[in-house]
Amino acid sequence: MLLIRCPYCEEERPELEFRHAGEAHVARSGDIAAISDEDFEKFFFIRSNPKGVVFERWRHVHGCARFFNAARNTVTDRFLVTYKAGEPKPEISAEDAGPAAWANREPAELNETSSSRLKEQVTE
Amino acid sequence: MTQPFRISGAGRLTPARSLRFTFDGKHLSGVSGDTLASALLANGVHLTGRSFKYHRPRGILSAGAEEPNALVGVERDSARRTPNVRATVQELYDGLTAVSQNRWPSLSFDVGAMNDLASPMFSAGFYYKTFMWPKAAWKKVYEPKIRAAAGLGVAPDQPDPDHYASRFAHCDVLVVGGGAAGIAAALAAAESGVRVILADEQAEFGGALRYEAGAKIDGTDGWAWAQQSVAKLAAMDNVRLLPRTTAFGYYAQNFVGLVERVTDHVARPDRHAARERLWQVRAKRVVLATGAIERHMVFADNDRPGVMLASAARAYLNHYGVAVGRTVGVYTANDSAYYAALDLKKAGVNVAAIVDLRDNPSGPAVEEARALGIEVNHGRAVTKVGGKLRVSSMTIEPKGGGGGRTVAIDALLTSSGWTPSVHLFSQSCGKVAFDEATKRFLPGTYAQDCVSVGACNGTDGLEATVAEAFDAGEKAAREAGGTRAKAPPPLTPPLKGEGDSEAFTPPSPLRGGVRGGGSGHPVVDASESWAGGMLGSGPGAGAGTTVKAFIDFQNDVTAKDIRQAVHEGMRSIEHVKRFTTNGMATDQGKTSNMHGLAIAAETLGKPIPAVGLTTFRAPYTPVTFGSIVGHAKGKLFDPTRRTPIHPWAERQGAVFEDVGQWKRAWYFPRAGEDMHAAVNRECVTVRQAAGLFDASTLGKIEVVGPDAAKFMELLYTNPWEKLDAGRCRYGIMLREDGFIYDDGVVGRLAPDRFHVTTTTGGAARVMNMMEDYLQTEFPHLNVWLTSISEQWAVIAVQGPKSRETIAPLVEGIDLSDAAFPHMSVREGKICGVPTRLFRMSFTGDRGFEVNVPADYGEAVWEALWAEGQKHGACAYGTEAMHVLRAEKGYIIVGQDTDGTVTPADASVDWAIGKKKKDFVGIRGLSRPDLVAAGRKQLVGLKTRDPKIVLEEGAQIVGDPKQPIPMKMIGHVTSSYWSENCGHSIALALVVDGKSRLGDTLHVPMPDGTVEVEVTGMVFYDPKGERLNG
Repeated sequence: MLLIRCPYCEEERPELEFRHAGEAHVARSGDIAAISDEDFEKFFFIRSNPKGVVFERWRHVHGCARFFNAARNTVTDRFLVTYKAGEPKPEISAEDAGPAAWANREPAELNETSSSRLKEQVTE
Repeated sequence: MTQPFRISGAGRLTPARSLRFTFDGKHLSGVSGDTLASALLANGVHLTGRSFKYHRPRGILSAGAEEPNALVGVERDSARRTPNVRATVQELYDGLTAVSQNRWPSLSFDVGAMNDLASPMFSAGFYYKTFMWPKAAWKKVYEPKIRAAAGLGVAPDQPDPDHYASRFAHCDVLVVGGGAAGIAAALAAAESGVRVILADEQAEFGGALRYEAGAKIDGTDGWAWAQQSVAKLAAMDNVRLLPRTTAFGYYAQNFVGLVERVTDHVARPDRHAARERLWQVRAKRVVLATGAIERHMVFADNDRPGVMLASAARAYLNHYGVAVGRTVGVYTANDSAYYAALDLKKAGVNVAAIVDLRDNPSGPAVEEARALGIEVNHGRAVTKVGGKLRVSSMTIEPKGGGGGRTVAIDALLTSSGWTPSVHLFSQSCGKVAFDEATKRFLPGTYAQDCVSVGACNGTDGLEATVAEAFDAGEKAAREAGGTRAKAPPPLTPPLKGEGDSEAFTPPSPLRGGVRGGGSGHPVVDASESWAGGMLGSGPGAGAGTTVKAFIDFQNDVTAKDIRQAVHEGMRSIEHVKRFTTNGMATDQGKTSNMHGLAIAAETLGKPIPAVGLTTFRAPYTPVTFGSIVGHAKGKLFDPTRRTPIHPWAERQGAVFEDVGQWKRAWYFPRAGEDMHAAVNRECVTVRQAAGLFDASTLGKIEVVGPDAAKFMELLYTNPWEKLDAGRCRYGIMLREDGFIYDDGVVGRLAPDRFHVTTTTGGAARVMNMMEDYLQTEFPHLNVWLTSISEQWAVIAVQGPKSRETIAPLVEGIDLSDAAFPHMSVREGKICGVPTRLFRMSFTGDRGFEVNVPADYGEAVWEALWAEGQKHGACAYGTEAMHVLRAEKGYIIVGQDTDGTVTPADASVDWAIGKKKKDFVGIRGLSRPDLVAAGRKQLVGLKTRDPKIVLEEGAQIVGDPKQPIPMKMIGHVTSSYWSENCGHSIALALVVDGKSRLGDTLHVPMPDGTVEVEVTGMVFYDPKGERLNG
C-alpha cells in the first residue's frame, strides 16, 4: 500500500484514503463551446499514458476531500512530488525519476534484450 | 519406546511429553515440540505422499518451509480440513489427524502410478501437444481426466468456520528472520531504543542454530545463545517478537505483509481465538535476515523416499532427536553436508559413505570425517539409487563413469550448496546481481530502505554474519531516529481478544542467565564452514541421458524436461519455466529454480545471468485466503444501508431488494398475494386514492453560496438563474462528452441555496463530480457543497388523495394549487418537526415529497400512514414506483440510459438551456456523432398481444425473417405489466426510434418472435392532467 502525501493536510497518508482522478494539467477551455473537434478530442479523449513519469490527479476523498496533483513514476510506482491544484507542473529530472525497479533489469535493457533475441532467432 | 528412530539423549525435546496422532488412520506417537515430519520420521515413516504428475512415491525432503514433497491433509473436523500442509512446518499437537494425498486406493499401492510408466507421454509441455485433438474432447474428456489424475489435496467443501484477525503496525526496524543474523540485528536495534519487530516463520527463534552444532556464541552453544538473546528481547518494551510469523510480501515504501499462525499448532484452540493474524507493517527500516535454502543433488531417481537434504537430517537429529535412518549415505559437493555425517556418526548412526563430487575436498569437516573412520569418496558421484517406496542402496561411480559399486543404505543425505533467500529483497524491487565466483544471485541494487544480512546476503560464516547483522541493526536504528538515551514509546497496544495467550513467552528456566550481548557485539567463538557447491545435473543425469533426475519435486520436472524445453525453442528462462512448470508449484521453486536455470544455461551454451532469473513474487509461502479476507466476510463484507423507515416496512412484511448498499422495500404483499398481485394493487391504489413511498435513499446535495446559481448553471444543462426561490426544476447533468450522467429534481430554497436531488446510485459520484469542478475548474465560484442524503428522510405521498393525506399534519404552508403549484418547494412544519415539502411527482399524479430530519422519518411516516388509511392509501415499493413512472415515460438514468444516451436521444432535450454559453457537456453535444442520424432513441413499445410482457434487455430487429446473425437495431430498457393501462408497456432504445412511431418491429425470443408497435413514451394520461387532479 502506497503512502501518499496530501499537499493540503501536509501529511503522508495511506493509499486507502485516496482516489485516483485521471491525468493532470488537462485544462478545460474557458470558452469550451467554441473549440474545434480536434481540440475537444485532445481535451477529452487523448491521454499521455507514459512509461515513466506521469502527472495525475488524486483526491484525498476520505480525508480533507481536496483534489491535488502528483508526479508518479509508473514503472516504480514511486510518488516524486505532490502539489496543490492550480500550481504549475514541476520540473522532474531524469535522476529524480528513479530506477525502473519492478523488473530486475532496466526497461531499456529488457526491450533491447527482447529485440536482440528476436533478431537472433530470425538469423537462426 | 514406540518411536524406533528417536535417539535417546539426542535433541532438545522432552521425551516424557508424548503426543498421539494418526497418519492415514494409523495411530502413532510423537513428542511435544515435534513437527509432523519429525514425528513421522521418529516412527520410521518416510513415505508421505504421491507426486503431482507421475504419482511417484515421495518422502520428506527438508525440515522447513521449502518442503516440496511432504504435503498432507490435516483434519480437525468436517469443515476444518486443510489440504497441502507441509508436514515439515505443521507442529504436532495431541490428536492431530493427517492424511496423505493424491493416491488411490492407498499410499503404498497407487493406481495412478501407471503415469510413471507412461511418462514419455507426459513430458514437458505435454498438455499443449498431446491433448489437442479432437478439439471438443478437451473440455469433456481430457481436462476432467487430467484434473482428476493430477493435483494435490482436496479443498474443503464447507465454509471456513474459523475467523482471522488483522492488524496494522508501525515500527522503526522490522527484522525478518530470527536466526543468528536476525537476532543480532534485533539486539543492536533494540538497544538503541527504537521500536523493533522481529518475525520468524518457525515456532522458536534460532534459525540454522537449531542444527549447527559447531556454533558457539558468547561462550555458549549457538541455540542457547539464541534463546537467551530472545529472552532479553522479550523483556524489552520496545520489541515485539512474532514467532510462527512469515513475512510473505514486501510492498512499496517498506510495507511488509506478515501472517502469524495463531492456533494451527494448538490441540484444542479457543473458539474465540483467531486462527491466523495478518500484520500489515510499515517499517522505517527493514533488515532482511532470511537465510539460505539448501539444494539437493540432481541424479537418477533422486526423489525416492529417504533421499533428503543433509541439513534436514541434521535438524531432525540435533533438535528433534530423530535419526532419519540406520545406515545413511551422504552425496554432496560442499562442506556443510559433512557435518550431518559427523553428527549422525557421533549419535551412533552408521554412515556408509560420503560421496563428494569434488576432486580434492579439504578442510576441518573433511578431516574430521576421515578421522572418525567415515569412508570419503572424492571425485565420485551417486548415479542412481535402489528402492521404490524407500531408498535401499546407492550406486557410486567415478565422475567420468565406469566402475560403479552399490552400497546398501536406508537414507541418503544430499547437498549441492545453498541458495540465498533473496525473495523479499527482490520483491522490494531490489535488483539481484549474479556472483560468478560462488554462482549465486545476491542482493545488488537496493530500491527501498532495507538491508540484507547473513546468508541471504551471501555472507559466509557465523562470525561474519553476526558482525554484519549487528552493525546493520545498529545503523538501521540510527537511521530510524534511535538514540540510546531516549525512552521508547510502547510499540503497539497489547493484543486483546485475539488469542492473547499465544503471545510469545520466553523459554524458561534459562540456562546460565543472560550472558554476552550487553552493549557490544556478540562474540562468535566457534562456527562451521559451509562453502562449496554446484548447480545443475550431476554425473549420469547430464545431456543425452533419459533418467528421471528431478529438479522440481512438487511439479515433477526433471533435468531432461528443461533440456527438452530448450530444444523445442524456449530461450528465456520465463518461457522454460512456463513450458516445464519448473518452479510453478506452491513451493515456487525454492529448491529447484537455480538447478533449472543452470541446466537451461548449459543447454543454451550461455552464462547463467544471460539466461535471466525468474521473478520472485509474493507470497513467499502459501497464504490462506482467510488471513487476507480477515473479518471482511458475510455481513461485514460490505456495509448495509437502511432507511429510517426500514423498521416500519419490515413490520409490514415488505419484501426488500438490494439497490447498491441499500435495502429498499420492493413491494408490500398482503395475505395471499404474489409479487404480481401486490404490485398491480399498489399501482392501481396510487392512481385511484394515494400511496406512500419511502424515497429516503435519493441522493441529496445542498449547494449554497453567493455563486450557487452560477455553479448550477455550469453543472446542469438547465437554466437556473431565473428560477424563483420556492420553485423546482427537473435537472439533467451531463459528462463533458454530452451523455446523460444523472438527473433529479432541484428545489431553490433561497437565491443562494439549492436542494439538489440525485439518483440513489449516483449520489456519491455526483457529489464527487461537483467537488471536482468546483475545486479545479471553477474555483473562483463562492459555493459550498454538502451531502445531505442521510440528513433527510423522504416520504413520497402520491395520488389524487395525497393533499388530503398530508394536509392535517402540515403547519405553515398553504397547500392550495394557487399558492403551492406543481414543482414548488416550501419550508414549514409537519407533525411539529421541520420539513422541506416538495410538490412534485414521479408518478404523473398529484404528489408531494415530504423531507423531514432523518430521526423523525419513521414517526412522520406513521402519522402520514394513519392519515392515508382514511383515504384508502397504500404503501408501495420500488417495483410499483418503476411501473408508475414508466406509464408516464419518465426515464431512470442507468436503466433507460447507459452512458451513450444524449438528452435528445431520451427526449429530454427540452431541459437544455438553449441560450446558455457554457455547461458541462455543452461541447460534447455538438460532436459529429451526437448530431448525426442513426442514433438510438428512446421510444415506447406496445406488444401486439397486450398480455405479453417483454424481457428487459431483449434485442429488437426490423425483419424477423432475415438470416442469422440478424441486424439488431435496439433493445428493451424497461418493461412491465401495467394494470392501469390494461396492457404491457415497455421503453426501448431503437435506431432512429422517433421516426419509426407506428412501425412494427420484432423481438426474437427463444420461444418465438414477439411483434411490437413503436409508440411514444407516455402510456398514461398523455396530457398530464392528473398532476393537478
